Amino acid sequence: MSLLSRPHRVALAAGTIGLALVASACASTETTPSAGGGSASAAPECAAFTQYGNHAGKTVSIYSSIRDAEADLFQEAWKPFATCTGMKIAYEGSGEFEAQIQVRADGGNPPDIAFFPQPGLLERFAKAGKLKPASAEVKKLADEGWSADWAKYSTVDGVFYGAPLGASVKSFVWYSPGMFKEKGWAVPKTWDELMTLTNTIAGTGIKPWCAGLESGDATGWPATDWIEDILLREIGPEGYDDWVSHKIPFNDPKIVSAVDKVGAILKDEKFVNGGYGPVKSIVSTAFQEGGVPITEGKCALHRQASFYANFWPEGTKVAEDGDVFAFYLPGNDPANKPVLGAGEFVAAFADRPEVQAVQAYLAGAEFPATRMKLATYVTARKGVDPANAQNPIDKLSMEMLQDPSTVFRFDGSDLMPAAVGAGTFWKGMTDWINGKDTKTVLDYIEASWPKS
Amino acid sequence: MDFDFAAEQSKLVQLLIGIAAFLVVVAVILLLVDRAPMRRRAWVHATILLLPATLLLGVGLVVPAIRTTLLSFMSGDSRQWVGLDNYGWMFTQPEAVTVLRNTLVWVLLVPLLVTSVGLVYAVLVDRTRFEAVAKSLVFLPMAISFVGAGIIWRFVYAYRSVEQEQIGLLNQIVVAMGGEPQQWLQEPPLNTLFLIVVMVWIQAGFATVVLSAAIKGIPAEIIEAAKLDGASPLQMFFQVTLPSIRGAVIVVLVTQSIGTLKLFDIVRTMTGGQFDTSVIANEMYNQAFRYGETGKGAALAVFLFVLVLPIVVYQIRQRREVR
Repeated sequence: MSLLSRPHRVALAAGTIGLALVASACASTETTPSAGGGSASAAPECAAFTQYGNHAGKTVSIYSSIRDAEADLFQEAWKPFATCTGMKIAYEGSGEFEAQIQVRADGGNPPDIAFFPQPGLLERFAKAGKLKPASAEVKKLADEGWSADWAKYSTVDGVFYGAPLGASVKSFVWYSPGMFKEKGWAVPKTWDELMTLTNTIAGTGIKPWCAGLESGDATGWPATDWIEDILLREIGPEGYDDWVSHKIPFNDPKIVSAVDKVGAILKDEKFVNGGYGPVKSIVSTAFQEGGVPITEGKCALHRQASFYANFWPEGTKVAEDGDVFAFYLPGNDPANKPVLGAGEFVAAFADRPEVQAVQAYLAGAEFPATRMKLATYVTARKGVDPANAQNPIDKLSMEMLQDPSTVFRFDGSDLMPAAVGAGTFWKGMTDWINGKDTKTVLDYIEASWPKS
Repeated sequence: MDFDFAAEQSKLVQLLIGIAAFLVVVAVILLLVDRAPMRRRAWVHATILLLPATLLLGVGLVVPAIRTTLLSFMSGDSRQWVGLDNYGWMFTQPEAVTVLRNTLVWVLLVPLLVTSVGLVYAVLVDRTRFEAVAKSLVFLPMAISFVGAGIIWRFVYAYRSVEQEQIGLLNQIVVAMGGEPQQWLQEPPLNTLFLIVVMVWIQAGFATVVLSAAIKGIPAEIIEAAKLDGASPLQMFFQVTLPSIRGAVIVVLVTQSIGTLKLFDIVRTMTGGQFDTSVIANEMYNQAFRYGETGKGAALAVFLFVLVLPIVVYQIRQRREVR
């Protein structure tokens, strides 16, 4: 017995061929190079981009963890560049970047360019031989644009893989200038003053600090920032480097005492968690909402990065005389002000000319300046005028980052192997706030440090 | 954001190409089958029809299984052989042991709870006036994805301090009864039980429907005979109903056990494995893809496979016996 009668067979064959034809017809229109590319580059507004060459009809794919509104701003910022060079930049942002980039690279389907927010992750791909070294042009731009500290973070075994892109300053404590003025509190200059202020505020019945650690997969990172900031002050930049590279073990007495110093604030029911409940509520409070009680007068201090300016409720004025502002998280010595920060690095999985052109464009001073005019943005690149920043915190951050006398250190958890930096450190700090003691947690993190 | 048809065009084209390719493959197979010589046709047919499936199984299951097993004996970056180190880690590190313990709790409790809840429900609503409505109500959660259910239940368990207005159903009930709001998902070991409730909530409908159908299949004469002999409702349940639907109960238990071993979505959406709630599948994903510890991830995967194996073997044997 035949499985198909003859008319059915004909119909099936015809349908198949038809579909295939339709599909290939669509495909061919898709691959036609955009006609605008060549002619547009002659336009006057394209003069600035001639140095990047003409890449008509080429596509460069970019993959990163930046999504939504911020991603739209990026795309808007590089649009003139793409139009003038004739290329198409296919951007994709993902909340699962850290895991998916691995899957895509292993699956032989990596993007042309990825923005790595963690130098540790970049190093893993570089060591696996998946990344392409940056071109001489990009290297030159990076050397003139960033301090040696920054270039170091995307250099693996002496090979430079990509220039930094955006940046943020983490060593900030947000507060309400209005509230401080009304109560007669002064911005503290040393750690002791900060603790005195904390006690004073607690005495008025207001919980002085508020915090939030919840961040989906990444729950816990705000607490690791706290630890890093204090460590940087307690054991100095060199000690910090040793800790990051595991020359100082995670359960070393110095680390224990730094963690306990943070615990004196975050694990004290008298001091946290303003507006949200007991200490344990820190863990279930979304980091985006962590500081919001300041605007309701329910807490006074919130340690969080410069980018927290984006998370205040609509209409909150960020300024020294506004609703909220931030001061530098003080250390023991007011003369010594190390800065903890983070940023992204533009590394490439391909070295086609158009990919290198995009890398070079993103490494120049033009892109950050354009991006900054659109909305809040911070870069550590020299030659970008902080005066154009969208808010005073961005301006202050850029001045700190561009100041040659600033001692800058990158977020330690982003530099460590992912098993620790994106795993046990975040997880351990969450457990620590949730009730586990310092020693148990640090022993656990130490044991998880990869052996190979 | 609006759906930009032009921007998505390339994906649509890929989709069309995919469909076309699929149809071409199917057409070729059917034409081949049709052309096959008359003699010993059944064999040729079977070979042609099974070939694509066998090939796909090989590429999608057998090869990855072998590769995963090999990777589990290698270091995190898959460069050196480390012998049994990854397995040693799995059974000695406290946090890895917690993961194994949690999986054990899940796989012991979920099939039992799902089956008993489903069974009790099926017996209670059997031949009542509102049976259809009651059954569809309990079956509704099946239509929700695990991730969706996880998000819904996260709201049920949501915590707000006493001063604030509660947004979580459970804490609102606690507060209404004069209690203190609790952080349900943050307190081990009870939090694992709160997660298990979600799984039972989703799966009980499946059990109810399967078991209810089996109960309806019990011959009326047997029930009548039991009633004439004066069996009490309890005797009726344990001596007549349960033995008669044994096959269906086993099917539910087996499918639930396998489903529970693979569980990933609920834990990941609700706690992300924090607070000692992680299970094997979740830890495997974390180790292999987030932490770059491919060896440890692969070892967990292999262990999971070994755990599922006896259940599958049992299921196949069961099928043979029924035949």
